[in-house]
Amino acid sequence: MLVYLFDHMEEFQFDVLREVGNIGAGNAATALSKLLEKPVDMMVPQVKLIPFEQIPDIVGGAEEVVIAVFLRVVGDAPGNLFFLISRESAVQLLSKVVGSQELMKALENDSLDLTELQVSALQEMGNILAGSYLSSLADFTQLSMSPTVPSLAIDMAGAILSYGLIQFGEMGEHAVLIDTTFHDGEDQVEGHFFLIPDPESFGKIFAALGVPLE
Amino acid sequence: MTEENLVKVGMADLKILVATGSLRTTGLGSCVGLTLYDPVTKIAGMAHVMLPSASIAKEGNLNKAKYADTAIPELIEQMVQAGAVQKRFEAKMAGGAQMFAFSGNSDMMRIGPRNVEMCTELLEKLRIPIKSEDTGGNYGRTIELSSDSGMLSIRSVNKGTKEI
Repeated sequence: MLVYLFDHMEEFQFDVLREVGNIGAGNAATALSKLLEKPVDMMVPQVKLIPFEQIPDIVGGAEEVVIAVFLRVVGDAPGNLFFLISRESAVQLLSKVVGSQELMKALENDSLDLTELQVSALQEMGNILAGSYLSSLADFTQLSMSPTVPSLAIDMAGAILSYGLIQFGEMGEHAVLIDTTFHDGEDQVEGHFFLIPDPESFGKIFAALGVPLE
Repeated sequence: MTEENLVKVGMADLKILVATGSLRTTGLGSCVGLTLYDPVTKIAGMAHVMLPSASIAKEGNLNKAKYADTAIPELIEQMVQAGAVQKRFEAKMAGGAQMFAFSGNSDMMRIGPRNVEMCTELLEKLRIPIKSEDTGGNYGRTIELSSDSGMLSIRSVNKGTKEI
């Protein structure tokens, strides 16, 4: 039945999921812009049913090193939420919040050791952004969705993102991904929000928004 | 060495190599990269396993390469059909990391260690020795198996490259 759902998703269902991304990421982009004290633009969310294999390509390939804040969404419509940025973007973000000189040095040497303060600053930013993403989504759908404590990883995109695909792994070779890209307009900070609802959550999201499920 | 005949193994995928060259899979996180090698015929095989057991599968057409308990027999069969001898097989594996740490460790979160446990258990049952492994931790790996030497090279972001 679930497999059937994903093989036969209608265009309007993709539209609904795009709107889900729009609302969540829109709110998060506002929060980010407050943190950075400058405007943040958001692209129209992409909703795709893509083979696992191709998912890391969205951020530059399986081996591309990215900084990711990962949260598990718990509640009525569980799922995985990633806030993903490049190393350069992380430097910019950190420079706004904590001193970044050490980090700059670390990045030049290609070392990825962050201080405890920098790690918790990035986690906290992830927390704020994910929190605003989820709370607007919960308001919109009237479903309860809350974030777990965020976890940070700096590693290969493939290794990180595959973690969010395990629930889909039991069902097939594809996952539905709601991807919203944002940037600050000056090419300094650019990143993605990936919401990967658990397969079982789609029915709940559609039902909550009054979309018929065949 | 890597220029000629580099065979890419995707996520939830398995490949064998009967010629000189290497097998490669990128960005292993909680997934396990399992390799089998027959040192006499130099036939090599690699699987990028995502989940421990097909018993939880909810999919219609089962992808054998995705689950440890179906990928290992499939890999053996393909290699034996290509002329390798199972008695000589040597296994190596890498990956099975726990990319993110959480306080409430549910089974899903422990997927990396579970993948490793399942592979180890199955290989023991099949009496295939695990020659070396680089598993666990909290970081991603890219691996490459040379069909010439059976050497497995492992690259990670923080720890550079090593050979096992």
